Amino acid sequence: MSLWAVLLAVLALGALGFWLGRRRALGFVAQAGSEVGAVHSRPHQHGVFVAILSLLPALAVIAAWAALAGGLVSREVLASLPEGAVGPSDLERSAFLAEVRGLVRGDYAAAFNAHAEAAAAVWKASATRYAMLFGSAALALGALGALWGWSRLTADFRARTRVERFVMLALVLASLVAILTTFGIVASLLFESFRFFQLVSPVEFLFGTQWSPQTAMRADQVGSSGAFGAVPLFWGTVFIGAIIAMLVAIPLGLMTAIYLTQYAAPGVRKVAKPVLEVLAGVPTVVYGFFAALTVAPAVRDFALSIGISNASSESALAAGLVMGVMIIPFVSSMADDALTAVPRSMRDGSLAMGATPSETIRKVLIPAALPGIVGGVLLAVSRAIGETMIVVMAAGLAARLTANPFDSVTTVTAQIVALLTGDQEFDSAKTLSAFALGLVLFLVTLALNVYALAVVKKYREAYD
Amino acid sequence: MAAHEGAAADGAAETTLKMTARDVRVFYGAFEALKGVSIDVTKEDVTAFIGPSGCGKSTFLRCLNRMNDTVAGARVEGRIELDGQDIHDPAMDVVQLRARVGMVFQKPNPFPKSIYENVAYGPRIHGLAAKKADMDVIVEKSLRRAGLWDEVKDRLSDSGTALSGGQQQRLCIARAIAVNPEVILMDEPASALDPIATAKIEELIDDLRGRYAIVIVTHNMQQAARVSQKTAFFHLGSLVEYGDTRQIFTNPRETRTKDYITGRYG
Repeated sequence: MSLWAVLLAVLALGALGFWLGRRRALGFVAQAGSEVGAVHSRPHQHGVFVAILSLLPALAVIAAWAALAGGLVSREVLASLPEGAVGPSDLERSAFLAEVRGLVRGDYAAAFNAHAEAAAAVWKASATRYAMLFGSAALALGALGALWGWSRLTADFRARTRVERFVMLALVLASLVAILTTFGIVASLLFESFRFFQLVSPVEFLFGTQWSPQTAMRADQVGSSGAFGAVPLFWGTVFIGAIIAMLVAIPLGLMTAIYLTQYAAPGVRKVAKPVLEVLAGVPTVVYGFFAALTVAPAVRDFALSIGISNASSESALAAGLVMGVMIIPFVSSMADDALTAVPRSMRDGSLAMGATPSETIRKVLIPAALPGIVGGVLLAVSRAIGETMIVVMAAGLAARLTANPFDSVTTVTAQIVALLTGDQEFDSAKTLSAFALGLVLFLVTLALNVYALAVVKKYREAYD
Repeated sequence: MAAHEGAAADGAAETTLKMTARDVRVFYGAFEALKGVSIDVTKEDVTAFIGPSGCGKSTFLRCLNRMNDTVAGARVEGRIELDGQDIHDPAMDVVQLRARVGMVFQKPNPFPKSIYENVAYGPRIHGLAAKKADMDVIVEKSLRRAGLWDEVKDRLSDSGTALSGGQQQRLCIARAIAVNPEVILMDEPASALDPIATAKIEELIDDLRGRYAIVIVTHNMQQAARVSQKTAFFHLGSLVEYGDTRQIFTNPRETRTKDYITGRYG
């Protein structure tokens, strides 16, 4: 009895429950008449009620089966082995179990471990037994549930209310998944960061200016003591995401929004706005290789041509420029919203004074929309400092405190990627520092988002 | 309809022409909102446009300072002159036109700036004051003329949007007269205000009469009777009747005018 067969049978049972419940309710209707209130709920609602009572326990058993069966079977297999057949370490045990599983599936013709063949037989027997157990439990509970539900149906039975309550419950559970995941992420960040801060003091991490996370494998290795001063990373993040990118995105985004809201003919706006939104939907890795392969060499060549001899091929400027372009649609759509929210009467009032459109924009519209625009820019900054692919591909990994845009710098996100790729010991300060960096990034972007949204909201209320 | 020959309501004073409109038509797409309106606006009088909602009176008002230019899809035909000069002539700059023909809107629309800056906005754009002291004079004079000075002189740096509705509307009137226009267009200036604020605005209009040619759109007939010397009755995009206010309200020539004034429709 495979899991899939049982699942199908359970679904069929549910369908049968629906049909039976509905048929019974149709009987009530035939008896009581079809005017409103004669039978409390519609026949299909009775059907759904029976189907839910059948499916819910059966599916719960199947879920338990899927979650537990592997562990139970493995435990039985290991228990069946003679003493000393497998080494005591987890690694040896899981290697052995993988071998046995391969034999059972028929992936391997023969096995290294002499006990594997016997163990495979135990595995098969055990798996079959658990399948029988769980499968019949699921079917039995499904049938019982359907029967119980069916027996409760009467003309007055409030199937509609109960089905609605179930629908609400399902929706609440669905939304809980996202919320609980967020809490889980925060909790894991906090936990791992705490472990990191036991190894490295928070003061050194937050204020130190030396970042070289390589820790020595052996005590006699040279120059790899590990330094975890994250200031160069914070600076690189701010330099690329909040300074260079914003120097590009704020003027261009704002001017785009002004053109689209104030000057563009409706036809132009209808085409240009979706095109801009497409720009926002380009995967960031595409921007990343555009930055690394096209913009970065161009920036280096430009630096060389103006006489900067040590220009790096990975530069803050290249990453920042491309990130700025990526952020333009974001800024422009926020500014667009803010400008459109300024009442038309304000614009008319200024034009009627004999102000030109550009005077109107400069002196009335932008001041009136400023809180909304500022909120949008803050949200854009928060996106820029969390952006990863572009900086990984174009900014480099040199943790350096420099204000020279042609130099290579690194950011928090690029470092997290570098720290967690490749083979890692999970308890080294090097790996754990990634979580501390993630925590700082999370807290900063969270604060920016909350503040920006509050600004935007307050401003919206002012004009509604 | 030669208004400059007709006597003003309160006597035999001579009147001079300020604006003339001949066969003005306005289209919104294919819809003809205004069907050939000809009218003369005199310098000394308050001219009221009355008529039921959607009759084209506001549309026509917005033709007089070309505010319909800002409405997408609107097209204006016909000839409108200000002091004999065609306002659609390429030689006539729309910015200049709007400086000479000011406008006050239905809903008070002060800028989200200080009271002082609201009034100084126009003079600053048009470069009317060289020094801060000159600007102070213009601001005070405009606020005094709008009857608002005594209420706001101690809080000129407060936001214009913090004033009450009636005060906001008088601030908008002060803003309009700060650039010293020749004509002031008012689009139902009191319809969003309470009766006391409305009375103040009407008083103010009476004070301003003579200094500026004033055109006011209203759908309050008592208001038209109280503040205007000339009245034009619009219906379904056409000008039905135009004449001295007293004559329109006591002895209308057209039955449609009479029906509207006596409350048969509208």
